[in-house]
Amino acid sequence: MLVSLNWLKEYVDIDGVSPEELADKVTRSGIEVDNIEYVAEKSSNVVIGFVESCEKHPNADKLNLCQVDVGEEKLQIICGAPNVRQGQKVAVAKPGAVLPGNFKIKRAKLRGIESNGMICSLQELGFDEKHIAKEYAEGIFVFPNDAPVGESVEPLLNSSDAILEFDLTPNRADCLSMLGVAYEVGALLEKPVKLPSEEVTSTEEKAADYISVKVEDENLNPYYGAFVIKDVEITTSPLWMQNYLLAAGIRPINNVVDITNYVLLEYGQPLHAFDYDRLNSKEIVVRSAKQDEKLVTLDDVERTLNPENLVITNGEEPVALAGVMGGANSEVTIATKNILLEAAYFDSVSIRKTVKATGLRSEASTRYEKGIDPNRVKRAGIRACHLLEKYAGGKVLSGVVEYDVLDRSEKEVDIDTDTINNRLGTNISSDEIGNILNRLQFNFDRNEHHFKVFAPTRRGDITIFEDMLEEVARIFGYDNLPYTLPTGSATAGGLTKSQLLRRAVKSYLEGVGLLETRTYSLTSETYIQKLISNEIKDLNPEPISLAMPMSEEHKYLRLSVLPELLKSISYNLARNQYNLGYYEIGSIFITNEKELTKQPNEQLRLSGALTGKWFEHPWQMENKKVDFYVVKGIVEGLFEHLELPITFKQVQLPDMHPGRTASLWLGDKEIGFMGQLHPALEKEMDLKETYVFDINLEVVLQAHHHEPSYTQIPRYPSVTRDIAFVLDQEVHAGDVQVAIAKMGAPLVKQVNVFDLYTGENLPDGKKSVAYNLLYQDPEKTLVDEEVEKSYQEIIESVSKQFNAYVRS
Amino acid sequence: MQEQLKAIQQEALANIQEVNNLKELQAIKVSYLGKKGSLTQVLRGMGKLSPEERPIVGEVANQVRETITSAIDEKNTVLENAALEEKLQAEAIDVTLPGRPTKVGGPHLLTKVIEEIEDLFIGLGFEVREGPEVETDYFNFEALNLPKNHPARDMQDSFYITNELLLRTHTSPVQARTMKEYKGEKGFKMICPGRVYRRDTDDATHSHQFTQIEGLYVDKDVKMSDLKGVLNLFAKKMFGEDRDIRLRPSFFPFTEPSVEMDISCKVCHGNGCSVCKGTGWIEILGAGMVHPNVLEMGGYDPKVYSGFAFGMGPERIAMLKYGVNDIRQFYLNDSRFLKQFHQA
Repeated sequence: MLVSLNWLKEYVDIDGVSPEELADKVTRSGIEVDNIEYVAEKSSNVVIGFVESCEKHPNADKLNLCQVDVGEEKLQIICGAPNVRQGQKVAVAKPGAVLPGNFKIKRAKLRGIESNGMICSLQELGFDEKHIAKEYAEGIFVFPNDAPVGESVEPLLNSSDAILEFDLTPNRADCLSMLGVAYEVGALLEKPVKLPSEEVTSTEEKAADYISVKVEDENLNPYYGAFVIKDVEITTSPLWMQNYLLAAGIRPINNVVDITNYVLLEYGQPLHAFDYDRLNSKEIVVRSAKQDEKLVTLDDVERTLNPENLVITNGEEPVALAGVMGGANSEVTIATKNILLEAAYFDSVSIRKTVKATGLRSEASTRYEKGIDPNRVKRAGIRACHLLEKYAGGKVLSGVVEYDVLDRSEKEVDIDTDTINNRLGTNISSDEIGNILNRLQFNFDRNEHHFKVFAPTRRGDITIFEDMLEEVARIFGYDNLPYTLPTGSATAGGLTKSQLLRRAVKSYLEGVGLLETRTYSLTSETYIQKLISNEIKDLNPEPISLAMPMSEEHKYLRLSVLPELLKSISYNLARNQYNLGYYEIGSIFITNEKELTKQPNEQLRLSGALTGKWFEHPWQMENKKVDFYVVKGIVEGLFEHLELPITFKQVQLPDMHPGRTASLWLGDKEIGFMGQLHPALEKEMDLKETYVFDINLEVVLQAHHHEPSYTQIPRYPSVTRDIAFVLDQEVHAGDVQVAIAKMGAPLVKQVNVFDLYTGENLPDGKKSVAYNLLYQDPEKTLVDEEVEKSYQEIIESVSKQFNAYVRS
Repeated sequence: MQEQLKAIQQEALANIQEVNNLKELQAIKVSYLGKKGSLTQVLRGMGKLSPEERPIVGEVANQVRETITSAIDEKNTVLENAALEEKLQAEAIDVTLPGRPTKVGGPHLLTKVIEEIEDLFIGLGFEVREGPEVETDYFNFEALNLPKNHPARDMQDSFYITNELLLRTHTSPVQARTMKEYKGEKGFKMICPGRVYRRDTDDATHSHQFTQIEGLYVDKDVKMSDLKGVLNLFAKKMFGEDRDIRLRPSFFPFTEPSVEMDISCKVCHGNGCSVCKGTGWIEILGAGMVHPNVLEMGGYDPKVYSGFAFGMGPERIAMLKYGVNDIRQFYLNDSRFLKQFHQA
């Protein structure tokens, strides 16, 4: 809502308050003022002049030589504007005047002839285009004939006006009217509101003789008032009205249309003027449109309607789309003589539906959608009649023809001082509350500390105690509320076990050098099927797609974090960032339903992607690329950190390197995978050699139950032994390791691989894997024979089990 | 004999002084104090002395031995130190050469901001809750006083999956879920960070996915001044002790009264400058007293219980606090962006 302060002054006294101060006050009491705009920059010494004569400049085709009466004197002025004429009243910058941009007007000679001033256009007076009516967009501005010669142009041009842009929250539809704004500003400044004149001199002729009104559905249209005004003269509206409309962002058209718009802005009540003679009937019937009924609206667009749209008809055919836009067939034109003026109350939901269906949103429909004041509907019609009488020479026929089942009652809300103070944490007195209600101009009955408030119908947002609580608080001032801290029952705040563990996981991963990322949960059709972990695939998940996606790129809820994470990797590679170690914790969304009827299972995954160099120390000639074992080490370390036993099994997965992928197991539960991406996918996604991991974090967090307790530090020395086995290439070193540990238990406490060798001195297809065994007996010092016995047992067992032999 | 001893001492001390390596020093030690050393030889002649002379000469002999021994020890220390010094000199390296880099990872900026806020509110007794990202229409809207035909819930603004399920548009549904869990039986304080989604086209100031942190405190006698106190504490901890807050009335369907919180601009401290567009204040979050309908739907009697709620955007806070000027940066994961914030 654009609020002209000069206009506002008609209803409430704001003298002595600068636009900036007022904007601040309004903002701080609940309506954000987004912008303060001045209609024109300041200029001085510009007056209204009368062009007594206007001739061609003898030495220049495009210049005119004008004699202009500016009251105290007559000035000879040369003017280049194409529209300057004898007999006009114009804006004259006298010598010594200062125009915007510090442009000083001096006496000068133009092509040999003296010019003593300048006849100005509105642009030259610093008006923004949007405050200039279109007939004056080019050339000088011409005042009406009654403009007083010699006086300053300012009052007539409204050039000193400041316009505040109110950013209204949906509950404050009352401030979609100047009167509503006046009540708000009045409350803030403690000033009364002056209501505009609704005086009408009615004729003896009765409107009822000209029109009847019928409404089919009282819920959709509880009030319809028809006024008939005869013998109007269509002309331009008064300059002040045009100025106010321009300030509010509405282009002046003619006096009749301008008056309906003016009252719309003044009262917040949409009005519509029909050309009575073009209605071709003596009745108004308000009904739902028929299926596929047609109406050409004022914007010359043919609308195809349906029964959800409410229409105004002449009994036969639609003449307006109720509350949204009039019909072209009954539009007021230059030839209009008699007017039917509509002031109606339409149901907001019905209007909203029509707006949505037609895409037509107007000043009128906006107000209907947000709710109008039932007590202002008829009054707005009368106000418009007053103005039509005054500024369009119309004769208002007596009586309003109406259909009226409108509820105009005020909501009663009980408040009391104690509860208000209790809820706000304040100590406001009952008298002060009474004073606040008076400032708001709310009627109330007071019984000591209890108030029965009659919320005015203009404030449809006030229905319950809490609404009044807010009114009292905001007029009292949020700034005046004290600062306190909760005193209620003590609560132990904190993180859940899962949240704490997630933080531990994150700090581990960051400690080993990974950067955390955040990617989108929505992915494309291409990526939704990619890199889904086996245990998720086993659930036969159905991809979940949005009903109305914004783009193909973000259409499906992800089933793996990896594709979007890999997109980030690719993004970086394209920007010459080659060495990356990323991880992310995020949800995937799993359902079996083709058509979702209940919420999907949201599972937390821990995913990572690494590429490029893992570390590099060039001058010591150290250089380590990310490989399978770098990533595996990170994963192993994580599970060691969580004290959970993880195992890795060779596996083949789509989009993964067939020989460099492992599935991850926690006991007999598959919990994810890791490995190198398939080179084909790397190529498809513009990646280089990239390794990933993807883990069901939820299962991991649930499995975690580590509560450390002290274990005696061994008092007896340990013994280590090394064995190197020659194995077939296909045999997994890890399987042998497990077998050694099993065979050696309980004396063997640790088995580690310390060497891997293939090549010279070994037969083809063989490899040598060397293990380091740690023997320890917590009860006593080990004797050689025990160790040797176990060692031999292990050799024998492994040799048999894996077709291996000891490498000497 | 005493003269002999004195002569040995003199000679030994002279030799010790002259020697300049440990090996020779060792040889000197042997030549005087060893089994065949000159001092030892002399002492062997002690037996020939008279019983009267013996203790006198014995004392002198001991003095001589001690003097020589301590001179040797002293010299030994000097020579050892010199040798060590020489070794260390030889071991010197160029400390300005770069070290072997340790991988340094780190959290995402949003995580950093979120955890900072979490920790702050945990300190005030808030628990941290989470909720599903795919929400029911009921919890996302209806339970928050946004009935089906409410103008504020436009299909166009939300990512619906079906008529009843959508990607949550805010973390507020966790308010309703938490109240349900506590069954209207006792007061609680919670915050809820999480991902939310809106049907926006991604640009410098909009993102179809972003994060929010919701806060809710329900108890008997919760006051609006408590909200102001808690928000003030939050703002000062998060943005600095020199920042002020102001509350402005606003409108949200799920709170009444509703509040918009601004903090004073860090550049001009409330006087108005280009950073705050001349207002002196920067909008940070929305809040308010929980609407009685919301309490009631959550199972709390609004006559007995009251509460406050607030909701803030970690992206916005991060942008203001760290000067990030494009919201898309949070989701592009440009390593040059991520690395700017991974420090402690």
